[in-house]
Amino acid sequence: MAKYLAKRIFYIILTLFIVTTATFFLMKFMPGTPLTNQAKLTPGQIHQIYKQYGLDKPLWQQYLVYLGGVVHGNFGTSFQFSNQPVSYLIGSRMGPSLTIGGEAMVVGVLAGLVVGAIGAIKANTWVDTTATIISILGVSIPSFVLAVLLQYYLGLKLRWFPIADWGGFMYTVLPTLALAASPLAETARFMRTQMVDVLSSDYIELAKAKGMGKVGIIYHHALRNSLIPVVTIVGPLAVGIMTGSMVVENIFSIPGIGEQFVKSVLTNDYPTIMGLTIVYCAMLCVVLLITDIVYGIIDPRIRINK
Amino acid sequence: MENANDILEVRNLKINFKTYAGTVKAIRDISFDLRKGETLAIVGESGSGKSVTTRSIMGLNAENAVIDGGTIMYKDQDLLKKTRKQMDQIRGRDIAEIFQDPMTSLDPTMKIGKQIAEPLIIHKGMKREKAYAQALEMMKLVGIDNAKERINDYPHQFSGGMRQRIVIAIALVNYPEILIADEPTTALDVTIQAQILDLMKELQAKTNTSIIFITHDLGVVAGMADRVAVMYAGKIVEYGTVDEIFYNPKHPYTWGLLNSMPTMDTSGTELPSIPGTPPDLLDPPKGDAFAARNQYALEIDTKQQPPFFKVSDTHYAATWLLDPRAPKVTPPDPIIERQKHYAQLTHEAIDKSRGKHIEEQEEQL
Amino acid sequence: MADNAKHISAGDFKPISAEDRGNLDSEKISAPSLTFLQDSWRRFRKNKAAMIALIILIILFILAFGSNLFETHAPNATNPNLANLPPKIPGIDINGFNGTLDQSGQRINAYAQAHAGSKYFILGTDYLGRDLFSRILYGTRISLTIALVASFFDLAVGVVYGVISGWIGGWVDTFMQRIIEILLSIPNLVVIILLMVILKPGMESIIIAIALTSWINMARLIRAQTLELKNQEFVLAARTLGESSIKIGFKHLLPNLSSIIIINLMFTIPTAIFFEAFLSYIGIGVSAPQASLGTLINDGQKNFQFLPYQMWYPAIVLSLLMIAFNILGDGMRDAFDPKSRE
Repeated sequence: MAKYLAKRIFYIILTLFIVTTATFFLMKFMPGTPLTNQAKLTPGQIHQIYKQYGLDKPLWQQYLVYLGGVVHGNFGTSFQFSNQPVSYLIGSRMGPSLTIGGEAMVVGVLAGLVVGAIGAIKANTWVDTTATIISILGVSIPSFVLAVLLQYYLGLKLRWFPIADWGGFMYTVLPTLALAASPLAETARFMRTQMVDVLSSDYIELAKAKGMGKVGIIYHHALRNSLIPVVTIVGPLAVGIMTGSMVVENIFSIPGIGEQFVKSVLTNDYPTIMGLTIVYCAMLCVVLLITDIVYGIIDPRIRINK
Repeated sequence: MENANDILEVRNLKINFKTYAGTVKAIRDISFDLRKGETLAIVGESGSGKSVTTRSIMGLNAENAVIDGGTIMYKDQDLLKKTRKQMDQIRGRDIAEIFQDPMTSLDPTMKIGKQIAEPLIIHKGMKREKAYAQALEMMKLVGIDNAKERINDYPHQFSGGMRQRIVIAIALVNYPEILIADEPTTALDVTIQAQILDLMKELQAKTNTSIIFITHDLGVVAGMADRVAVMYAGKIVEYGTVDEIFYNPKHPYTWGLLNSMPTMDTSGTELPSIPGTPPDLLDPPKGDAFAARNQYALEIDTKQQPPFFKVSDTHYAATWLLDPRAPKVTPPDPIIERQKHYAQLTHEAIDKSRGKHIEEQEEQL
Repeated sequence: MADNAKHISAGDFKPISAEDRGNLDSEKISAPSLTFLQDSWRRFRKNKAAMIALIILIILFILAFGSNLFETHAPNATNPNLANLPPKIPGIDINGFNGTLDQSGQRINAYAQAHAGSKYFILGTDYLGRDLFSRILYGTRISLTIALVASFFDLAVGVVYGVISGWIGGWVDTFMQRIIEILLSIPNLVVIILLMVILKPGMESIIIAIALTSWINMARLIRAQTLELKNQEFVLAARTLGESSIKIGFKHLLPNLSSIIIINLMFTIPTAIFFEAFLSYIGIGVSAPQASLGTLINDGQKNFQFLPYQMWYPAIVLSLLMIAFNILGDGMRDAFDPKSRE
């Protein structure tokens, strides 16, 4: 186990190193400069700014400085808000993103498991059809459309929840719902497939031959065996939530990293884009590592082999 | 029940499967009995309907199966008329089943102790501790070493043979009246096969369970069964005691099966096989289903299904060759050898019974 | 026992010759044997939802790529005088289709106010007076183009990468898998956005960005399947018989990979469509004045409270595209892979 962990962590560091390097050089070859959006500046002013950001040094020096900074959690200074360190910008915006992202993951996966399991148990009935329709709609309707509709109907019209901004649980409900739709649908789909498979397996047949009733079979044998593999899709679901949060946070004006990322992209704020890219990759790596470890713990077949 | 010795009586069972291509007539009117404490082997190639028959007894047929007629009487109750809930009461308590592939028939994420204890908890309402204690006894009985340490192990920690022992333990933990073994050794190595068969015989002697033994392997049948029913294309074509089927077979299909089985005398070149493939049960032939593959086929075989002809009190075969009007045919040489051997056997038996004046009742079988 | 044997003559007990027996077998008409494709198509056809999805997609394809024939106005032609007109279909007098608007509790005829005369826009106009119907058709064409491009790269890069990695094996495979693992730990959309930042916004950039990211999943699945096939007897047999690798690839591998390819393709497409709409929605995708379903939704959202049709129609079309592709994908999976294992 320790060896496995060490190996995994080594690969995560390698991945982050490659990502850091790649983004750094990509950004350096970009056509626009951070000053493109600024009002006209004199050459002297431009030189001053370049010096301030260390842009006058040779490329390899800039790279080493940046790499050294990243190791210490320093992603440089934002072009957008002068003199604001990127790490501070990201750090202060992490909370809201993790809150709605986490809520969406929990709500989506739990609801998806229920929908998927019911669909499988009642396979090929109208209940199953309804469950399938829910999951098809969930994966098909883009998060930004859903977010706007939720904001308008539940926020503006019915006034059940605040339409935008950040401050307390009520503010998280609509963004969470908008974000949860896709993990819900993906989980439901996956769970249904798994459970239909499990229900037609030999060991379920043996459970029937034992005289176990339908409820007992589902509770004692089918659920656990279908639930375990669901852990493997948490990584891809996290990617979906990260993606969705970029627009959903924007629509609901939530001060999170998704909203920041889009804002930085639109204003060519390179240091922030680079920093956020690394942060997104790091988060995904950690999620993938955790899900692998959890999978190893809950599946007896893997636990022993390791 | 028609016969007090019978534990199970299947009469005129017909089962169809609805598929996209039409109705598959999987079981076409079969009848048989299972006596208390005996082992009945049902032999046939894949698709002949062996497994469908046993599934019907367990009430576990696929959803597209339709019972087209017949009865399955167990203790004066027709199992086919029972609801699913009522069948749940019988399954695992009165009738248990061992499946073919021990690698897939155990729940991979549940400790085996619990899997063995489950039937006790379901049917006897036992508390956990008591059920586990009994499961442990069962594990010892089926020959799992270090049972106490292994009760909390998972299936993947056991070899195939050991897993099949666990499956047997699950089936027998409630001491069922009937045990259905659906090709229980097919997925195992030959040496392990023998061990499992020995175990089953040993346990049967202890528990007096009746066994229905499904197999395509006649070699397994010889040492295991008391009586044999040979199935072909959804029908029973011949049944009798194990000696009658092995040494005095009457149906050409049984001849073919026996000839394609390697014996100690099989020498040299090639094992004979039965040419052709079984008929399409979407549209079964009007006459004898085996006619197209039967080198002894008669004109009548294409027109009318043969009835059962009595060979002895315990031995019947459905082939027109047994009709008095049919021409005398000579069976393949190895079969003649077998028949000679059989004649000798019966002589010896008669001599013995004369000598010792013991009531040798063949009909008992 | 044999007493039911009436109508039997002595002649019936003649043995049948071997040839006649042969006929017995072949005379019978058995269930029609179907090829893999025929069988898949039969299963697919039975799936009503998938058939409807297929028909909807065909219609959308025809409308979008034949949009020059169907569009009622030039998609980029602005006309400030005719801005924000609601949908009007002549002859239909239902609110929502008759060119009237709800303004502070009163129904007013927007077309009369704008002096539009006999002009009409079946799905209304946007804030610059551009015809929404024509713009939606154009946006759909972009979405479908992206779908085709993504499929192409899925095949050209993903399949080839997966087959090479799986077939050659050894350190090549290990190396190629490492690359994929690294790519998988970067959210796809982040890569796409980075590329969009570097390249200038527009169709070409979107295509490049999607091409660079869409093949990864396909490559993984194909590799796994190739590894499995490689060790199967029929491939081993072909190798032992000295067939060349390329021949084995085309004759033995591809046909056995086809169902995985088709199924996975059907799930790449909606993802690609979503990414394009997403990029255009946040403003770094298709550049103005060109229409994309993403930009249309973004434009429409600003006026959603008063002119809901401006967002509803593009949103419905986008959702319909995604739904149709997803249902079609599900149907294909069930048809090509009866066991439906992922």
